[in-house]
Amino acid sequence: MRKAARLSLDLQRGMTRRGLLLASLQGLFVGTLAYRIRHLQLNQGDQFQLLADKNAVKIRLIPPVRGLISDRKGVLIAGNEQNYRVTITREDTPDVPGVLHDLQQLVTLSDDDIAKLMKDIEKRSPTLPITVVERLTWTEFSAVAVNAPVLTGLTTEVGLSRVYPHGPDFAHVLGYVGPVSDYDLSKMPDPDPLMQIPKFQIGKLGVEAKLEDELRGKAGVRRIEVNSTGREMREIDRREGEHGANLRLTVDARLQNYAAARLGGESAAAVVIDLTNGAIRAIVSEPSFDPNLFVRGISTADYQALMENDHRPLADKTVQGAYPPGSTFKIVTALAALDAGVTSAGETVYCRGYTELGDRKFHCWKRSGHGAVNLTQSLEQSCDVYYYEMAQRVGIDRISEMARKLGIGQRFDLPMSAISEGNAPTKGWKKARYGKDWLIGDTLNSGIGQGYVLASPLQLAVMTARVATGREIVPRLVQAVDDVDVRVPEAPPLAIDASHLRAVRGGMWAVMNSKQGTARASRTIPDTMLMCGKTGTSQVRNITAAERASGVIKNENLPWRSRDHALFICFAPADDPKVAVALIVEHGGGGSTAAAPIARDILMQALYDGFPPLEVYPEAQRDGIDKMRNTLPLADPASFTGGKASV
Amino acid sequence: MSYLDYSLGTMPTGWRKIFAVNWPLVFLLAAAACLGFLVLTSVGGGRMDIWAEPQMKRFAVGMVLMLAVGFVPIYVWRNVSIVAYLIAVLLLVAVDVVGKIGMGAQRWIEFGPIRLQPSELMKVAQVMMLAAYYDWLSPHRVSRPVWVLIPVLLILVPVGLVVKQPDLGTAIMLLLAGGALMLVAGVSLWYFGTVLALAVALVWGVLESRGTGWQILQDYQYRRIDVFLDPGADPLGAGYNIMQAQIALGSGGWQGKGYMQGTQARLNFLPEKQTDFIFTTLAEEFGFVGAGALLTLYALIVLFAFQSAMTNKDRYGALLTYGVGTTFFLFFAVNMGMVTGLMPVVGVPLPLVSYGGTAMMILLLAFGLVQSAHIHRPR
Repeated sequence: MRKAARLSLDLQRGMTRRGLLLASLQGLFVGTLAYRIRHLQLNQGDQFQLLADKNAVKIRLIPPVRGLISDRKGVLIAGNEQNYRVTITREDTPDVPGVLHDLQQLVTLSDDDIAKLMKDIEKRSPTLPITVVERLTWTEFSAVAVNAPVLTGLTTEVGLSRVYPHGPDFAHVLGYVGPVSDYDLSKMPDPDPLMQIPKFQIGKLGVEAKLEDELRGKAGVRRIEVNSTGREMREIDRREGEHGANLRLTVDARLQNYAAARLGGESAAAVVIDLTNGAIRAIVSEPSFDPNLFVRGISTADYQALMENDHRPLADKTVQGAYPPGSTFKIVTALAALDAGVTSAGETVYCRGYTELGDRKFHCWKRSGHGAVNLTQSLEQSCDVYYYEMAQRVGIDRISEMARKLGIGQRFDLPMSAISEGNAPTKGWKKARYGKDWLIGDTLNSGIGQGYVLASPLQLAVMTARVATGREIVPRLVQAVDDVDVRVPEAPPLAIDASHLRAVRGGMWAVMNSKQGTARASRTIPDTMLMCGKTGTSQVRNITAAERASGVIKNENLPWRSRDHALFICFAPADDPKVAVALIVEHGGGGSTAAAPIARDILMQALYDGFPPLEVYPEAQRDGIDKMRNTLPLADPASFTGGKASV
Repeated sequence: MSYLDYSLGTMPTGWRKIFAVNWPLVFLLAAAACLGFLVLTSVGGGRMDIWAEPQMKRFAVGMVLMLAVGFVPIYVWRNVSIVAYLIAVLLLVAVDVVGKIGMGAQRWIEFGPIRLQPSELMKVAQVMMLAAYYDWLSPHRVSRPVWVLIPVLLILVPVGLVVKQPDLGTAIMLLLAGGALMLVAGVSLWYFGTVLALAVALVWGVLESRGTGWQILQDYQYRRIDVFLDPGADPLGAGYNIMQAQIALGSGGWQGKGYMQGTQARLNFLPEKQTDFIFTTLAEEFGFVGAGALLTLYALIVLFAFQSAMTNKDRYGALLTYGVGTTFFLFFAVNMGMVTGLMPVVGVPLPLVSYGGTAMMILLLAFGLVQSAHIHRPR
């Protein structure tokens, strides 16, 4: 055993000496710490105690100004307005009911309100100001201010509250703000101190909720001197908070308003997408609601009315709604078949009006059949049999793959609430979802956009955009944050053969412009503007064999709920696509009659950035179009004057 | 030196090591941590699930880890000292290259779900390295310039890397812990006197260089020094933290305002109330009694560690224990010094109490080494 293994006694002593030196240095510091703490807590304790609660200085948070939201041209679509309100502080008045009664003479305040308020006042600290009435008119407010000397305990204040100048137009896009609730708080891991301000407003839905962090801003702090009862005597100093970020969206307020008016009365949705960069120019779900109602606190009756409306105004059909895309999906089936090489654009399929599969018959919408149809004709006339054949050849998995390539079954990252993924079904999906095997009949149904296939209007718009441009367009809603443009990388080309896309676009051209095109009635005039489109009519009920034998019941004779959904997708100009539109009218009937004319008007409105010249419409329709223009319930054009929006 | 050099007869083996564990130290650590859970619950507004619960889980894991490390023979740790040090240096370099920006400074790297803060790792690795160095170095060479220069470099390399992040708090801790180890190892006091003189000169240089082209510290660090010297100068800006911390601390008085009754932290006036400034909440709610109790617990932890070191005849084990004890001391001393206004704000957590994973894990790991030295000490 080596001696060095252990410390020699000398060394051990040396180390212990040094250890004691170190320990005493540390002990000295611990002593200093203890002395310092004792000094702060005991000698200066009273002074700090005073600072901390009862006394002189308090620190109050200043709520930041919420960021403004404007459309692509700078038109304000969500702003802040001055909110005149009256607050009461219990300790300052000997007679709370008396003062409130006096106030009743000056402003609208019901006895019920007062009863509710009295309960609230009892519960809260006597030193805290409690809001009695808000949103007073200037006259009411000045009346209260003038009479302030007799209204002891009442204070007039000016705050900011959210306002949506365009009301229902942007309800589904922007959502609305509301007071932070316990439920909201429970979802925040480390809530901003601002959340402790009673009734602090945060985004509840849509852009307001999804971009809450950007819009909120940072709280400021002010130090105030208070008296022994906690009432504010004077402000010592303040550090202003940070204004929330101002957002500029890609939507166009005027186009949005036009689209909403044009869809008015229907239960419908439309999405307009810019083909250069995927910017959403309008995204409308009808009917809508006034978000300002929610900001002010919606009445039970109003809310009940919204809930009970069978046109579901609260739902955002553009992104939340998932519908069978019907014949608009034939574009996907056609591209899948071409891509897989199981057909060519020139090949014809013979349509007898139905396809037999075992003992089941799959019908074409045209009972007499289309005869021999090639790809262009199949799209032009929307022949179902052609697609039954193609779907069988190519198989569901490759159809779904194509659907996903075009955006169906994909959740796009937009700052809107409850965005639907849609559904591009596969064999594996059905097995996992229902535990059943995929049947060939399912493939046939899916091939014409029925059955398990689901797409939202947004996804249909993206699909149209991608087919029109051959690029992988991604929709986007935010154009700039605090006037700094959001960068968009150029969309990469789709992994689809350009000649296949050309063939499908040719079919879409024929839908609008050839003699037998299903949407010929909604065409535009050559030399001025040409559009491409595809109609879709998706069934929401099963047609029994018995009904088919006796003749399918016409939509007009069905209850609203059982009527077909009308869909239409289109883009223009045909030779240099700039804008695409996808539109659905729930239970509207046929796509060519219920959806295509509206989609055309919206598309033209977008392309011409206002009313298009009447020359783009077929001559026979011009008078009707002109008349309709004058009767549409459009907003005052003055409300779209852009420029700098103020607070 | 091999393991056989120890007298095997009295060395506890296998599960019998349980009896040789320095239990008082374990209980003291647990007591301090429990005080931490209590305060974290209060800071979380009475809810345990925000901060207290994750912290408890980490502490439980850390305790198991501590005992596991403690049961490994001390010679194993000595043999891996150099490797640990080199890895920590490499990680510090890596953090400089690929590190994520956090709180304005590059401090951590991510390995999948684990977020590693190499500067924390270095606090232990450096102690291990220096202890191994002096264990290897023959005692009569300790004060020779060449043999002094080597440990100085071993300390300055990581300190330099940490300052670059920039993390002044950790840099100071590494410097002081390294210095303490050299002191205990027996380096001549003349060296320390010289360094002290140079340090005074440096402080002068730092203050003089401000605003010139060769300014030594970052602007925000200067501002912290200003604020430290006069917190009242800018009570809403940089001095806000210190003012609020002192109001909270001072208003606690003798017995405090009572558990969960603190107004300063609950109203969110306090910055980083769950991490660096947690001591103020403790002091506000439990008063001088509570603050004193924690300080006493801390002092006892260091005392028990030092006691173990003084009775340890193995040079590596003893030096390691001194080093870990000093590192622990520096944690609470710098933190408390900062919140009580004795030192500038540098961002060092309160050991075992502040919310945060890395610091707690590293500390318990370090105390695992202390346990290993204690369990396997020559008898």
